[in-house]
Amino acid sequence: MSEHEHPSVVGQNRAVALVIDAVLCAVSLMMLLPLVFLISNAFKTPPELLAWPPTVIPHQPTLDNIVSVLSETPLFRWIGNSLIFATLSTASIVSTSAIAGYVLGKFDLPGIPVIFGVIIATAVVPFEVYMIPLYLNVQSAGLLNTWPGLLVGYLVMSFGIFLIRQYVMTSIPDELLEAARVDGAGEGWIFLRIVLPLMRGPLGALAVLAFFQAWTAFAWPLVVMTNKDTYTLEVGLALFQTGFTVDTGRLSAAAALALVPSALFFSLMRRNFVRGVAASGLKE
Amino acid sequence: MRTTPKWLFPVLALLPILGLYGCIRVYPIIETLRLSLFQWNIISRRKPFVGFANFIELASDPLFLEAIFNTTIIAFSVVAITIPVALALAALINSRQGLRRSGVYEASVFLPHVVSLVPAAMAWKWIFDARLGPLNALIGFFGIPAQSWLFDPVLSLVCLIVLCSWQAIGYAVLIFLVGLKNVPDALYEAARLDGASSLQAFRYIAVPLLKPVMLYVSVITLISSYNIYAQAFVLASDVQGAPGHLVRVLVLDMLENSFRNYRVGYAAAEAVVLLVIVLVLTGAQFRLFRDRSRA
Repeated sequence: MSEHEHPSVVGQNRAVALVIDAVLCAVSLMMLLPLVFLISNAFKTPPELLAWPPTVIPHQPTLDNIVSVLSETPLFRWIGNSLIFATLSTASIVSTSAIAGYVLGKFDLPGIPVIFGVIIATAVVPFEVYMIPLYLNVQSAGLLNTWPGLLVGYLVMSFGIFLIRQYVMTSIPDELLEAARVDGAGEGWIFLRIVLPLMRGPLGALAVLAFFQAWTAFAWPLVVMTNKDTYTLEVGLALFQTGFTVDTGRLSAAAALALVPSALFFSLMRRNFVRGVAASGLKE
Repeated sequence: MRTTPKWLFPVLALLPILGLYGCIRVYPIIETLRLSLFQWNIISRRKPFVGFANFIELASDPLFLEAIFNTTIIAFSVVAITIPVALALAALINSRQGLRRSGVYEASVFLPHVVSLVPAAMAWKWIFDARLGPLNALIGFFGIPAQSWLFDPVLSLVCLIVLCSWQAIGYAVLIFLVGLKNVPDALYEAARLDGASSLQAFRYIAVPLLKPVMLYVSVITLISSYNIYAQAFVLASDVQGAPGHLVRVLVLDMLENSFRNYRVGYAAAEAVVLLVIVLVLTGAQFRLFRDRSRA
């Protein structure tokens, strides 16, 4: 990196850099290979699926697999279900985290430390631990196979509240809020007009995180949504692949179609996503 | 001048959220703890209190023991693979910092962590497939006889470990990269002036500083591996009438007891065991953190 290196050292560095790039390229390829094959298999004819070595780009690409999957399964419906579910869950998590994070970070009322402690404590408990009682509640409320029943598990995120509270405490000065209060602004107005716009960055990161969490949810939608028409994408796909008469081509076609939205969304939202995950790693 | 009490806004804003938390977090958690002490089959009115009988039965239930054994092997193997590989990758990516390429490397390594679980598991299922899978074809190339990866009890465990590590690496790399960026440049500079190679600088400067982060990622990876379910579900489900060997993991056993055997109290006891494992891991992490910061 420095320009004062001895020429031979520079040459050696260049060789090292080349090796590093080669290793990283190989690893990147290996990491992506299963997904690449999945997508390529979706377009292969049955004989080509048996070919060795497996081809990355199909010789005679066919849409048969995709057409037959789309006629056999309500795949677009499942994608729609997943989209609605993930969007509603994200909306709920973002709004509850914004409000609770702000209040817990900026208001000094008795009981607030206790409330915050309880919220953080529930963050430690994996969802799978309390899934069964939650299911029984949903069942007795008659909400199985309904949107509210599905959403119940994904309305709040303790980490979201934690993230916003940290941000509010460190990045929103008390003086700003006081000044607005002196000017006669109401608390609701202050929250909506001053605080919320300032929180856009962390809320964006949280939204992406929440969306992916709901999009990839599996066990909860599996037990709550049990009609073929109410499956989310992950569940529909997992149950489709248990079918008796499905072959690799059609399986790959269904999986590839299911992969597209999440891969697309990730490439669009990579910055936000990385920021959210990185923030989740910095809590101590 | 209007005088709305100062507490009105925070209380009104917080109440609905607290209500939600009470209903969908706190209550079910307490209910899990409570149900674990009862014998209950969902349908019956009778729900006798049995004390710790569920836990005592668990201790000698072969299916549960198999589940906890498998899950523990998977969790620790995934960590043993993920942490060193991710550390090496993060160091390499970090050394190419600032180049356009480094973003591409980062994204490719991270993508498996974010794509939907089920399609990703299906991709691996094809790779492992005994008749059509490229893995057998590949090892056949080297003269190794074809293995029935998904049907053999030991190999199917290996498959699950490979799949989970593949998914976990991206997360670990990302967090390590954040940690590496936080290492002050001055330290590297000083090490270089003292004649340390970049490998030595990494070994003696970055790695010790990253230890808390490594600990954190290990615990997170352990905990999430203890909760795996979808991966085992997909790899074991049958294709064309040939079911793979079912790798019994904790969550799977729990759901089976609850929804297939209708033993809700018993399943709740399993959930409590899972909770205890997670709490012990989290507690150990906090303890080690505190010891480190004191030392």
